[in-house]
Amino acid sequence: MDGRFQLIVVDNLVIRFGRVEAVSGVSFAVARGTAWGIVGESGSGKSTVLRALAGLNENWSGRMLLDGEELPRRRTRAFFRRVQMVFQDPYGSLHPRQTIDRALAEPLVAQGIGGADAAIPRALDEVALPQAVRFRYPHQLSGGQRQRVAIARALITSPEVLLLDEPTSALDVSVQAEVLNLLSDLQRERNLTYIMVSHNLAVVAHLCPMIAVMQGGRVVETLSAEALRAGRTTHPHTAELRALSTELEEP
Amino acid sequence: MKVEIANLSIAFPSPRGPSLAVRGVSLTVGSEKLGIVGESGSGKSLTARSLLKLLPPEARVRADRLAFDGIDILQATERQMRSIRGKRAGLIMQDPKFSLNPVMTAGEQIAESWRLHRKTSKREAREAALDLLAQVQIRDPARVADAYPHELSGGMGQRVMIAMMMAPDPELLIADEPTSALDATVQAEILRLMEDLVSRRGMSLILISHDLPLVSHFCDRVVVMYAGRVVEELNAAGLARAEHPYTRGLLACLPTLSHPQARLTTLTRDPAWMDGSN
Repeated sequence: MDGRFQLIVVDNLVIRFGRVEAVSGVSFAVARGTAWGIVGESGSGKSTVLRALAGLNENWSGRMLLDGEELPRRRTRAFFRRVQMVFQDPYGSLHPRQTIDRALAEPLVAQGIGGADAAIPRALDEVALPQAVRFRYPHQLSGGQRQRVAIARALITSPEVLLLDEPTSALDVSVQAEVLNLLSDLQRERNLTYIMVSHNLAVVAHLCPMIAVMQGGRVVETLSAEALRAGRTTHPHTAELRALSTELEEP
Repeated sequence: MKVEIANLSIAFPSPRGPSLAVRGVSLTVGSEKLGIVGESGSGKSLTARSLLKLLPPEARVRADRLAFDGIDILQATERQMRSIRGKRAGLIMQDPKFSLNPVMTAGEQIAESWRLHRKTSKREAREAALDLLAQVQIRDPARVADAYPHELSGGMGQRVMIAMMMAPDPELLIADEPTSALDATVQAEILRLMEDLVSRRGMSLILISHDLPLVSHFCDRVVVMYAGRVVEELNAAGLARAEHPYTRGLLACLPTLSHPQARLTTLTRDPAWMDGSN
């Protein structure tokens, strides 16, 4: 695969847990400033791919490239400056005994970036959180506010890529809409590149123009959001997932 | 009516005085499938659990009427409640991983639930457990009966839960987000299974969920809750004709495959929804 024009390339990625092959030769490429979606059911390997990209699992074979450069097994500090991840459960990903101020300062400290006093209020602003949130603890915030903090923390070092693992599935639908709108706005303003994993086809199709469908550790189909909406699917699993999703949309 | 609730309020003590989580809810359930829909904190689970007296001890419950099959739940003793819970009214919760006993096999748990309410031998109970597993469409009942919960998938675990709840042949089933932890393909199967069991046995079902489209496809009637109150009651087929701005807002902010929106509609919460003055 030609990696020169793609910001992220995953080439024949294989991931094993003991004797189980969780990901069996997954390949895709994502251009800068675009959003790539990965959908599938639990156990399809979608989150495993994302976690390997984020450097959370060193046990893989194949190739992963960022901006044309092959990624080492152990990621460098420079990598985390360019690539950040947002997890599903904002409660589990924020330290319960640390204030929001501390949570937002942490990535700056880790990257050796100064100016936290200016950066933190700006980061809160960008995700539309009131400044009063800064010295509160995670349990004092709502689920939607916590996910905004997680997004602010991922963006505070000005990365180019956000890896989003089911970023809205723990949220109420009204809050989901707000967070998805926020992600669209931020992408446009900062020319961010997203890779989003979700089981929800409508959510992925809303944010990502291109979508890979995974089943049993393989990408069984890659199609545009437009083709998915129109029902131009080629693999039966995609058609099945689509039918289950659209069935509920008809009143 | 199997269930009658009139003017139910549930309050919790807080440093600033009692905080009302459920405020004046009234509803009835007959031999039908009733859905209760709302966001987290709307009071939907508390309302249903008050029927089984399964609320945290600090909860203060008041109602003009809270009755199951004519029995006044507010006055019922623990002993009376034990003859209702499980036996006459079953509860299915979201995640079978946390509801099943991890050190008992699936078959033992179903058999226990069977024997608890009937005087039968162990062998008969085992036979009944296998039969129930077959009824929840498990292809190899004998294998699943001998499996421990961690050896079962989420969908399989939820089938075991349903089999367990069906064992005493209850009249009412309360299902609290029974499929939220499951994949879409499995969710559809579990709902079909519940629908089939409920209609075959003429039971009442209360399905609690945050998913309005799902509930309206599955239930006969839907009650929409917001901030502890019922804001709208709908015939499931009439979802498209929902009138309350909250219900309409919930539907509008969902991304869909069939109607792409460049920007999602967000919900503007009207303070008037809190006190019902709209």
